[in-house]
Amino acid sequence: MTDRLEPADEAALARLVGEAHAEGTPLLVCGNASKLGMLRPVQAARTLSARALSGIGLYSPAELILAAGAGTPLAEVAAAVAAKGQHIIAEPPDFSALLGGGAQTLGGAVAANLSGPRRVAWGAMRDHVMGVRAVNGIGETIHSGGRVLKNVTGLDLCKLLAGSHGTLAVLSEITLKVLPAPERRATLVLRGLAPERAVAALAAALGSPYAVSGAAHLPAAQAARVPALAWLGGAVTLARIEDFASSVAYRSGRLRADLAAFGAAEMLDDAASQVAWAAVRDALPLAAEAGAVWRVSVRPSAGPAVARAVAEAFDAAWFFDWGGGLVWVAGPATEAAHDAVCAAARAAGGTWMLLRAPEALRAAVAVIPPEAPALAAITRRVKAAFDPKGILNPGRMFAGI
Amino acid sequence: MIAQPAPKRDVLARRDSIVAGLRALLPETGVIAEALRLKPYETDGLSAYRQVPLAVVLPETTEQVAAVMAFCHREGVRVVPRGAGTSLSGGALPMEDSVVVGLMRMNRILDIDYADRCAVVQAGVTNIGITQAVQGRGFFYAPDPSSQLACMIGGNVNMNSGGAHCLRYGVTANNLLGLKVVTVEGEVLEIGGAHMDAAGYDWLGLLTGSEGQLVVVTEVTVRILRGPEGARAMLAAFDSNEIAGACVDSIIASGIIPVALEFMDRPAIHACEAFAHAGYPLDAEAMLIIEVEGSVAEQDDLLEKISQICRKFDPISLKISQSAEESLAIWKGRKGAFGAVGRISPDYLCMDGTIPTSRLPEVLRRIGEMSMSYNLQVANIFHAGDGNLHPLIMFDANDPASFEKAEHFGADILRLCVEVGGCLTGEHGVGVEKRDLMGVQFSETELEQMRRVKSAFDPGWLLNPSKVFPLKADAA
Ligand SMILES: Cc1cc2nc3c(=O)[nH]c(=O)nc-3n(C[C@H](O)[C@H](O)[C@H](O)COP(=O)(O)OP(=O)(O)OC[C@H]3O[C@@H](n4cnc5c(N)ncnc54)[C@H](O)[C@@H]3O)c2cc1C
Repeated sequence: MTDRLEPADEAALARLVGEAHAEGTPLLVCGNASKLGMLRPVQAARTLSARALSGIGLYSPAELILAAGAGTPLAEVAAAVAAKGQHIIAEPPDFSALLGGGAQTLGGAVAANLSGPRRVAWGAMRDHVMGVRAVNGIGETIHSGGRVLKNVTGLDLCKLLAGSHGTLAVLSEITLKVLPAPERRATLVLRGLAPERAVAALAAALGSPYAVSGAAHLPAAQAARVPALAWLGGAVTLARIEDFASSVAYRSGRLRADLAAFGAAEMLDDAASQVAWAAVRDALPLAAEAGAVWRVSVRPSAGPAVARAVAEAFDAAWFFDWGGGLVWVAGPATEAAHDAVCAAARAAGGTWMLLRAPEALRAAVAVIPPEAPALAAITRRVKAAFDPKGILNPGRMFAGI
Repeated sequence: MIAQPAPKRDVLARRDSIVAGLRALLPETGVIAEALRLKPYETDGLSAYRQVPLAVVLPETTEQVAAVMAFCHREGVRVVPRGAGTSLSGGALPMEDSVVVGLMRMNRILDIDYADRCAVVQAGVTNIGITQAVQGRGFFYAPDPSSQLACMIGGNVNMNSGGAHCLRYGVTANNLLGLKVVTVEGEVLEIGGAHMDAAGYDWLGLLTGSEGQLVVVTEVTVRILRGPEGARAMLAAFDSNEIAGACVDSIIASGIIPVALEFMDRPAIHACEAFAHAGYPLDAEAMLIIEVEGSVAEQDDLLEKISQICRKFDPISLKISQSAEESLAIWKGRKGAFGAVGRISPDYLCMDGTIPTSRLPEVLRRIGEMSMSYNLQVANIFHAGDGNLHPLIMFDANDPASFEKAEHFGADILRLCVEVGGCLTGEHGVGVEKRDLMGVQFSETELEQMRRVKSAFDPGWLLNPSKVFPLKADAA
């Protein structure tokens, strides 16, 4: 056996995992390895990539369903659905600028359950995973869910595997719900708001009847990094509306009037909106920062307190997505800075993820919040239920699991 | 009839001491053990199955639930969690040796946060109760099962319930942020919170729809949404199921996702019209109810676009509601569908498979053939946008042979759903009803995988016994 395994089909995948199970050989499980810079480093003699399990097997636009091999490049999926006027609902981010990795696969995007700005209104990546096929740590092939939009038959292992970062099973095929892409997008931009005011404006926008599908705030320094926003000169608070053109025109006008108390809003057209939201999605305003990057998820109104706490603790760059509920933070790759981020997230009752840092730091700290003892015990038992010998991405999420 | 395993004799023998132990943990009125007062808990929405439990407890706090769970765990007593008992799959059916933990007294709304668009409610709050608490500010809780006046959020979470509007707003799983739960050992766990997305494993996703197999839910943090400016319905009727199905495909392919897209076949139309006098076209073979949202102008625009699509399929009638009252009338028949069928036949089984929408005409044709060969009437109601099919099989409960036939007919329909690429249940859950059909959809390897997950939460298999998983391992 070589050190790099790239099974060409699901049967080969099952055989290879079965062999590794028999030998007790740990495997680094990945797609295109674009997210290896995230979370804890994995110590494994062999790498198992699902990238060869590639190709769209089913796409039925009228049924809003697409199934593809886990190794299919996400861009290929996005292009296929775009050709039929549809889109991937959760707007998954592309971290190649942030992490320096290659093009991500569908399996990687699902295994990491990473969602973009639309998450705040339309749900996470995992919400649209209708079915998976996968190979568990014993080498057994299992499926959960299916190719229909509503399915409550048995335990929902789709959601458990989405976001499990390849630690429970190796995804081989994924069935996604997709939706018609909007005909038009527009973005209202409020200028110069302080964080608290910005989050209040975004709460008003998200609490309006106008179906706002993106809600972000970038301080001046971060806005300056985004060409579509830099010309506005200062902090920007963004609210996106996506729908049929006539609806977008009507609703953005109404929203603008409703938000008048926060200042006169500028309007970004469709093209500028696409550029701006891609930047927010991919955390481009932080990509050029040296050091570590964290994602902190809190109740939206707590976003400003998190930003304040980290800015007091170190030289932090930050911005908000999800109406303030997702705080992107960049700062020095030190344990002290990490502790400050964790403390801020904890104080706000939320969670964190250390998304980018040198390997030494990622190996030394809790990259995601440790679980309470009773839950941690369940985590260990569920891990063992899929992967009794602990061969799949050992230690990727929690040390020793 | 689906067989239930024998009760644990040793538990039955200790009944008095178990009841006394429970009484020590709860307020006076919180423990029910008298035969007459246990009767209301013997069944749920699948009323053909009945079994009086050993006792019922009605805790008022998470701490009381935890105390009961710890006690039952120590005593080796099985526990059946229960909300309103509206499950259509026998999910809340007790066993003779089990303690029912009823959550109905935990019915308080603990917090409403409009800025963060979430509410924290106890498990026994009704589905409609959440919307009622927030609608004064124009907000609502999106999943709207037809049973929403009665069913409780804890039950909704455990069944991952849907509703008529889940095409646009998703099912329960898509509208939750956090849970407070009690494990079988009596430990209290916080899952998620007011923030989005877990950092570790997605426990929230796994527990949703777990049918009381993994934990007891005591509190739920739900997303609340601002309602649209308005909504309006239209009705389109066609000459055949095929044509109506093709029209549904065409609407979705046009890029319009209505908030609701409901399909009724001829028997359903007739039953509902006789009941509700909603003005449904009795000469139609199939009918669609389509609802859109937005400002009046947006509604006009969307309804016109949809009408244009419908006209391409030669509808035999097309009616766009002009007012809220007319929309209500259009919905009245659909919402009363169960009651309407109940008038034709007091006893019916409500099935719940999902199919790929493209297979609808074929599936309805084959259900029609089965209806002939079983000699039982069936009316089909269908959440057309998402493929969730509800055949209502009418039978006579006074005739055991008729019930037996209805169960076989139902099982055949569900097998057909799986055969065409669908699943056994879209929203009502497996419960007792579909437990023994699980092998149609899952391999033994897959069932074992799910059983191991169940064991990770409930090593002694004390929680909601003999549901979901085919019996074999349950006895372990
Ligand atoms: C007329 C009618 C219409 C219906 N329409 C719909 C519909 O449109 N869509 C739909 O999805 N369903 C529908 N249902 C089915 C049913 O209402 C749902 O499944 C509902 O969610 C059940 O809620 P409940 O409070 O009655 O739960 P119960 O029936 O009491 O329990 C349901 C299951 O959840 C478990 N459970 C309940 N509470 C808890 C808890 N706190 N912790 C752990 N486990 C728990 C029980 O053990 C059981 O397995 C309908 C039922 C009826 C009778």
